[in-house]
Amino acid sequence: MARSVTTGRKITATIVAWVVALIIFFPILYTIITSLKTEPEAIAGFNLIPSGTFENYINVQTQSDYLKPFMNSVILSVGSTILALIIAIPGAWAMAFSPTKRTKDVLMWMLSTKMMPAVAVLVPIYLLFRDFGLLDSRIGLTVMLTLINLPIVVWMLYTYFREIPGEILEASRMDGAGLWQEIVYVLTPMAVPGIASTLLLNIILAWNESFWSIRLTTTNAAPLTAFIASFSSPQGLFWAKLSAASTMAIAPILILGWFSQKQLVRGLTFGAVK
Amino acid sequence: MGSITLRHVSKTFGEAKVIPDINLEINDGEFVVFVGPSGCGKSTLLRLIAGLEDVSGGQILINGKEVTAAAPAARGLAMVFQSYALYPHMTVRNNIGFPLKMAKMDKAAIDKKVEAAANVLNLTDYLERRPSQLSGGQRQRVAIGRAIVREPSAFLFDEPLSNLDAALRGTMRLEISDLHNQLKTTMVYVTHDQIEAMTMADKIVVLNRGNIEQVGSPLELYKSPRNLFVAGFIGSPRMNFIEGAYAQSRNAKTVGVRPEHLILSKESGLWTGTVTVAEHLGADTFLHANVDGFGPITARVDGEFGVKHGDRVYMTPDESKLHRFDDKGLALGNAVVAA
Repeated sequence: MARSVTTGRKITATIVAWVVALIIFFPILYTIITSLKTEPEAIAGFNLIPSGTFENYINVQTQSDYLKPFMNSVILSVGSTILALIIAIPGAWAMAFSPTKRTKDVLMWMLSTKMMPAVAVLVPIYLLFRDFGLLDSRIGLTVMLTLINLPIVVWMLYTYFREIPGEILEASRMDGAGLWQEIVYVLTPMAVPGIASTLLLNIILAWNESFWSIRLTTTNAAPLTAFIASFSSPQGLFWAKLSAASTMAIAPILILGWFSQKQLVRGLTFGAVK
Repeated sequence: MGSITLRHVSKTFGEAKVIPDINLEINDGEFVVFVGPSGCGKSTLLRLIAGLEDVSGGQILINGKEVTAAAPAARGLAMVFQSYALYPHMTVRNNIGFPLKMAKMDKAAIDKKVEAAANVLNLTDYLERRPSQLSGGQRQRVAIGRAIVREPSAFLFDEPLSNLDAALRGTMRLEISDLHNQLKTTMVYVTHDQIEAMTMADKIVVLNRGNIEQVGSPLELYKSPRNLFVAGFIGSPRMNFIEGAYAQSRNAKTVGVRPEHLILSKESGLWTGTVTVAEHLGADTFLHANVDGFGPITARVDGEFGVKHGDRVYMTPDESKLHRFDDKGLALGNAVVAA
């Protein structure tokens, strides 16, 4: 018997959903509102009605060049994601289709590196970057972002690959496919939905990464997270400008997320719901 | 050419010895069926021949050439899987052509071969479709097409019909037999369905717990099963086994009589029983009866033999078709009268 849903219930559920969504979204909304205030307004206290000025956006653009950190963010997030996929696809393939007794341990060990506070390795990594001349370089930060997100990429891909019937890969082996042909012609095309959502999620993670981005870059390789941070200063009024910079930094990824949300949700629930 | 030889082949998974020691000769052009209950090692044996699993010991020879360590593709065999294992992202054309593409054949030659195979298998109209747009039987034919184009020295089938419904299974059974008659290529076919085994095989290999119980033609296995296991496994409904005084009087530990070798009567006979269930199949009736002194016995009678639950019936076994087994379960020969 289907549960009967009354109109009253539907309205209540809709209102609750909107309230919850608004609470979750509120910090971002307030950032956007603040970016439209004047500096005195911004620190004056809680106020939802901005004066609607765009001067902060103009200031941010004239004070510093938005395009450069934007391009850095694009290069770093896309570059580190592609690099991570190149490493993780064969790795996850091996663990998903030729598991050994230790496979679970390897996976756990990889994930456990995410449990370590990043600051614990700040000094050694900073020194390594300095000694290899990688400070403020896109290559250095790309490698760094690849490595910190690699465990998640491997885990996601591993989960997707496990859903692919092993018999299909065996069939390709019988059909004469070599290792790379098996991965390129059979496994990867079948895993496209999973790979796509891993790619999207990883781009978002890399785009939003700030701990290492801020510490390992100054100007040349600085992405948008470092760009935002550069607007906070020990003195003076900066909240409105900071909000404008933040809004400009999150806008591209929000738009990307909006258009790919179907793919993302499908990817994240892949295997859980059939 | 497609002869396959297994010499002392064994396989262990961790602690479990799935296949202790198997020797088997499959001749060129033969249709060999591996049959046995679930977990008897029949699929594992096929996978060892295919090269999808490595043997733990022994040798595998194809056409007299040792291939024990060779990669699956290098063995010149083609396999049809239970789940069809089609490439879901490719069209039927590309699915069938995939092995040829891997063999670096040029596109025109691939197209020609794919179309020829599609023609044989009635798939011409479906070449541009994806597997998800096909019915179960069509998918199975695509899987067979993919195997045919390679012109393998032998085909391996791993329970290919068990995902199909009964009617389609009957049709596909005929199609595969027909294909074997056309191609005359060696086929090794794994199934747990004894009807498939009996109807398709030139030679049946009955497996149990990783051991070969008997190898022979379908009728050999039916007429002279080597032991209790084969006697009970081949034939439907199952052979009746009778122990005790009746068996001893025939110098055996166990006597087996097939349901179709019991003569039924409503008036008189050697044994008397009460019908528990009568399964009316139309032409035949399977009669399950509780026979005084023996317990449950199954008989196969003509569909016209009208009985129902609770009726008294009389049965007489056809003495010339009794099977006798010793205390180790091995057959003693059929000739009871001589014993």
